[in-house]
Amino acid sequence: MADLRVDFAGVRSPNPFWLASGPPTNTYGQVARAFDAGWGGAVWKTLGEPIINVYSRYGSVDLGGTRMMGLNNIELITDRPLEDNLREIADVKRNYPAHAVIVSLMVESKREAWHEIVKRTEGTGADGMELNFGCPHGMSERGMGAAVGQVPDYTCQIVEWVKEVATTPVIVKLTPNVTDVTYIARAAVKGGADAISLINTINSIVGIDLDTFAPAPAVHGKGSHGGYCGPAVKPIALNMVAACAADPAVGVPISGIGGIQTWRDAAEFIALGATTVQVCTAVMHYGFRIVEDLVDGLENWMDERGLRTIRDFAGRAVPNIMKWEDLDLNHHTVARIDYGKCIECELCFAACEDGAHQAIRKNGRGHGAPAVEIIDEACVGCNLCSLVCPVEGCITMAQVENGAPAVSWKDFTAGRGKLAPRPEHFHTARFG
Amino acid sequence: MRNRSPLFTPPDPFAEINPPLTRDAALAEANRCLYCFDAPCTQACPTHIDVPAFIKKIATGNLRGAARVILDANPMGHSCARACPVDVLCEGACVLNARDVKPINIALLQRTATDHALEKGLKLFTPGPDTGKQVAIVGAGPAGLSCAQDLRRWGHAVTVFEAKPLPGGLNTYGIAEYKLRPATALAETKMILDLGVRLETGVAVGKDVPFATLLADYDAVFVAVGLGLTKRLDIPGEGLPGVIDALTFIEQIKTRPYDQVEIEPRVLVIGAGNTAIDAVTQAKRLGAARSTIVYRRGEADMPCYDYEYELARHDGCEFRFHCVPRAILGHGRVEGLKVDTPSGEEVIPADMIIKALGQTPRDALGIPAGHPKVFFGGDCANGGKEIVNAAAEGKAAAAAIHQLLGGTDGRPPR
Repeated sequence: MADLRVDFAGVRSPNPFWLASGPPTNTYGQVARAFDAGWGGAVWKTLGEPIINVYSRYGSVDLGGTRMMGLNNIELITDRPLEDNLREIADVKRNYPAHAVIVSLMVESKREAWHEIVKRTEGTGADGMELNFGCPHGMSERGMGAAVGQVPDYTCQIVEWVKEVATTPVIVKLTPNVTDVTYIARAAVKGGADAISLINTINSIVGIDLDTFAPAPAVHGKGSHGGYCGPAVKPIALNMVAACAADPAVGVPISGIGGIQTWRDAAEFIALGATTVQVCTAVMHYGFRIVEDLVDGLENWMDERGLRTIRDFAGRAVPNIMKWEDLDLNHHTVARIDYGKCIECELCFAACEDGAHQAIRKNGRGHGAPAVEIIDEACVGCNLCSLVCPVEGCITMAQVENGAPAVSWKDFTAGRGKLAPRPEHFHTARFG
Repeated sequence: MRNRSPLFTPPDPFAEINPPLTRDAALAEANRCLYCFDAPCTQACPTHIDVPAFIKKIATGNLRGAARVILDANPMGHSCARACPVDVLCEGACVLNARDVKPINIALLQRTATDHALEKGLKLFTPGPDTGKQVAIVGAGPAGLSCAQDLRRWGHAVTVFEAKPLPGGLNTYGIAEYKLRPATALAETKMILDLGVRLETGVAVGKDVPFATLLADYDAVFVAVGLGLTKRLDIPGEGLPGVIDALTFIEQIKTRPYDQVEIEPRVLVIGAGNTAIDAVTQAKRLGAARSTIVYRRGEADMPCYDYEYELARHDGCEFRFHCVPRAILGHGRVEGLKVDTPSGEEVIPADMIIKALGQTPRDALGIPAGHPKVFFGGDCANGGKEIVNAAAEGKAAAAAIHQLLGGTDGRPPR
């Protein structure tokens, strides 16, 4: 049976599933219910000087009947008195000693302010802190959140202040609203961060009401850019997590965040170098109960593959993320259609003919011949037809054994290795 | 094939009416589920399967987890996926009905998950540590087997006594062939027996073994013997050759090659319950030229489910309402049924008459009333309901027995 326990920068957790800092971690009642449901840890909603929120706070992107594929928010940090939060955090930690209780923090960029909040937070007995350098809306206008996390020097400076007094692990939560997240990650590590977590939400406007021209969410007909999250942001988060995991100058544990909804999503983050994962939007959509399948699905998958601990596959996919110039130019693939499964929708033809490389012949339906056929000499193996095909396993990509040794762009341009004959030349010959 | 209509040439009259979903279709259907909180489908199920939870697991590719959720709540999850009246239970309760959208196909999604468990031979449960307690279960039908699963998971030793040569009860012998095959019923049975249940087939308690012996030898007894024979018509001619009761007829289909099942050109089925529908449709599918329900009351009074009525209509079965049987006529063999109709007496010609009038309670097994060690469940206790009711009652009995034997409240451990 798989053992899901993890040690994250010295913080022990019964499983890698943590609630991300946000609306689900605002109160004792929520966090206690979450732990009862099976969550391994929780990052308490960001503490700081109490704020006042607007009423309308969340906006959704729905896609093809799926609700909340993406979610954006303009809610700020906790609006509850600091004393109430600290008391409840202490209560949670006392009543759930085996769970990971992390407190998210954000105060103004003054050394004393950070010293003060760190000391008071550690007084609760919490296992660690997460510095919120990522909130992209509202707080950034006041010089906090992403305003800090977008400047490496500020990031480093504040982490240094925190580390002057902190005795528990310090996690720095990174904003994706930067050109290269590894610069900020390195700055955090330089300042003494014990771990990083990413990504925070992405600057966004989720939509405009075409009757009122108000953005969503609208506050009296007006809006503000908000933080985007949910399943839609997962690919962006995976890329940034992988970049940090592969960077030897970062080299600290990573808590992966961004669109995690299923155990599969979580396993992907872990395979790309995360040790724990944090979830918020999926809980805002379905409730704490989703953790049951996160745990059960991950355990069953690990058991099937003989993986005993999270460590057994953490980071396993990181070496597979390479620079483009190192990929093999001679690895030749072509599309194959399983006519036993083809339903003759001809979507592959439309995609290939207009959107890609004109490598599908259309015979039309009802002539006895297949409605569509791959033109092998023209197929560049781009995958597009297999991606648009609505039938699972109908179009697959097969490797063509061309006998050519591997050659990368780097090798090729350095005069090393030979290029095998390529379908691009077919297009040139035909129309050139 | 004697007595078959020359027009009767369908490829496989007993093909499953609800074949399994493809992987694509299951995924699409699973993703359509809203994942309701405190879901009405779960409430509607007598065994309270956490339907949204198992459907979500199918959507995430966790088929093992999905099967576990189902079979933990309902050990008869395989047979219920095929034979449960979902229109009036989970699927009927689906919130999508209120939006005028097709409800989630819960039955076939349940089949996707439970078939996976059978195909992969998954061991989803383990016997608990031996408690030293012995429980006897009388009857290896859905109630008895459901009870056995939970008792074994708690670590009690279980012996099941079954009068028939095979376990499974009506799942093996009495469900319409196009819904549930004996092989599936037996595979489902095996998953439970493999938890270390002792099975004694061909042993009729009350005849081969006195009930008092069970009381003396076991710490508790669960009685799940089902119902007895079909009720009698008590009209002249009932003993003529060609008159058969519905359960015997269906059992022949379940235990013989189809071409060795007794069938005649003109079949009348007396009664209009769900068993009557099973009989009239299967008679038609076996090749009867005319297969007709004869019912003493009207269309709206029929106790069968609407979708069963629809199925029989679709099969080309005929319905005679307001016909009260008075006598079975024939010289040495059935030739017709004399009925009273609103327009007077009539003889409906027939070569075979199937009685589907509901079952009678079993004869007393010599069970002392109100004995603290004796528990009842399934058809013999509820008068004849669905598999899912039997499963729920078997589980409830297991919980009660577990408490009697010193166990605590709740569900067996994972």
